[in-house]
Amino acid sequence: MNVIVCVKQIPDPATPYRLEEGTNWLIRPEEQILDDTDRYGVEMGLQLVEPSGGTVTVVSMGPAGSGQGIRQALAMGADDAILIEDTSLRGSDALTTARVLAAAVGRREFGLVIAGTESTDGYSGVVPQMLAEILDVPALTYATKVEVDEGSVTIHRQTVAGYDVVTSSLPAVVSVTAGVVEPRYPTFKGIMDAKKKSIETLSMGDLGAERAPEQLVLSIVDAAERTAGRKIEDDGDAHEAIVALLAERKVI
Amino acid sequence: MSDISFERPDPRDFLDIDSLLSEEEIMLRDAVRTYVRKEIVPNVGDWWEEGELPSDALAKAFGDIGLLGMHLEGYGCAGTSATAYGLACLELEAGDSGIRSFVSVQGSLVMFPIWKFGSEEQKETWLPRMAKGEVIGCFGLTEPDSGSDPASMRTNASRDGGDWLINGTKMWITNGSIADVAVVWARTDEGVRGFIVPTDTPGFSAPEIKKKASLRASVTSELILEDVRVPDDFVLPGVSSMRGPLSCLNEARFGIAFGAIGAARACYESALDYSIERHQFDRPIASFQLTQKKLVEMMVAVQRGTLLALHLGRRKDDGKLTPEQVSFGKFDNVRNALEVARTARSILGANGITLEYPVFRHMANLETVYTYEGTNEIHSLVMGQAITGLNAFT
Repeated sequence: MNVIVCVKQIPDPATPYRLEEGTNWLIRPEEQILDDTDRYGVEMGLQLVEPSGGTVTVVSMGPAGSGQGIRQALAMGADDAILIEDTSLRGSDALTTARVLAAAVGRREFGLVIAGTESTDGYSGVVPQMLAEILDVPALTYATKVEVDEGSVTIHRQTVAGYDVVTSSLPAVVSVTAGVVEPRYPTFKGIMDAKKKSIETLSMGDLGAERAPEQLVLSIVDAAERTAGRKIEDDGDAHEAIVALLAERKVI
Repeated sequence: MSDISFERPDPRDFLDIDSLLSEEEIMLRDAVRTYVRKEIVPNVGDWWEEGELPSDALAKAFGDIGLLGMHLEGYGCAGTSATAYGLACLELEAGDSGIRSFVSVQGSLVMFPIWKFGSEEQKETWLPRMAKGEVIGCFGLTEPDSGSDPASMRTNASRDGGDWLINGTKMWITNGSIADVAVVWARTDEGVRGFIVPTDTPGFSAPEIKKKASLRASVTSELILEDVRVPDDFVLPGVSSMRGPLSCLNEARFGIAFGAIGAARACYESALDYSIERHQFDRPIASFQLTQKKLVEMMVAVQRGTLLALHLGRRKDDGKLTPEQVSFGKFDNVRNALEVARTARSILGANGITLEYPVFRHMANLETVYTYEGTNEIHSLVMGQAITGLNAFT
């Protein structure tokens, strides 16, 4: 089985993010790194193909920059990469992203498409579902465990109370949560080999994909500052106050 | 010109030395750094205190990453540049000098001579398993009465039929008691030869040296060889002089020039963080002039040492690095690292003497690093001879 993993290059979260005036688009530096949440998807893909000997292809949309983030995925062991880069894609929303990824994914034979549940810079959290819809395959989301058997995939779907066991036929799209598997350290051999692996770069023209109607970011508002927590002094009845507080929040 | 804005320099990379590294070097470096932060830093204080090392698990993990013999070509080795090897040593020693020693010995002192001077069969037999961490090696050169003057060694080997009989004692041997194989240097009628000795050979024993106050997260041993019999094809065929062991040391010393700066960086960063968090007289101690002076001296020493190491790395990759230049790196970076560690200790005050912080551990370790792999004094004499043309050793 061949697996395709959707990944994203993002600015290093340790550096301050800057937004472009007017459009409110994120200014993307030349050096971007692999979104940490995508390491779980890459690892999952590698573990699923290792027994059967399929391939793992990473697919990514966005400015290539130095391509460092893509090579980080290749260094983990992915076989090759497809990168869709096109200036007309600046400021794309989730639907355009899903369309573009679907067009790229559709160029390959695949059993499973894996994506993180959401990116660390955009946080829309809807791309995997949209991607499945456009590819016309089942979407199995928020997986904390993934198993593939003859022609089917079964996941543990994280819920508020625990998890649901969800099974579907293949091909399918699965979105995985951070922690689904422990991402491997890239090995030196993997890092050295990464530069020899193929990165296919495609434009919108190559894909024949179309942008979705424009979504505009009208304004950006800073998140409210956190207020100081409430302190309960214990005069022997603190436990009652805490229980009341938890009941009020409907935690208990 | 006036609209160019400059960001404040990174306190951890003031000169932006990262900009001198290739993307691949940064990826290799970061792979080691991540591993060290996750697996070594949280545990090494305990290993150090208890004087124990989970060596088999570490060897396996290092093998999985590709650290062992990483700069050698073929035989399951990663085949990185020498600079990348140096950067790995730096990150490992930012964890602990003992951890870096483990990797140095395996790669530079055991795998390197087999790779450089060994027969094809010896390479095939040992290197792939050593690269994976399945086999741990040690290097026997130093003796109880033969340190800075290794040519005075007493360990000897003589032919006995088709075999060799080796007798002697080696001292201060890293990984000795946990090794599966030892590369032992011995005096013979044919000059100084290197022998690959499996440690389960009758007559070989390796008692561990205890009661160390330095490099406690590292196994140090004595090697005792009493009529140890090995076949002729266990001798390294490619060398029969002191050039053999000295070329190994040259490799390891190169790694130390990088590694010592890792220890210094860890001390500087620990002191920097501490000085900002620690308040006295209602202010962070980092706001006091005396502390700032110390912080800047440490930062400058670490950056300067990194630049020096990187320069040596580039020269080595160009095939131009001389042993005297390696001496420069080992001499200057280790003494400066030790000074940084002591300064950091003073900033941490009483906390600086505990193992809750890495500083005292590094400081104690660096006392060993100052002496092993060519003492500071010997490297002075190497460079002294190089600039005067006069030998001051004897």
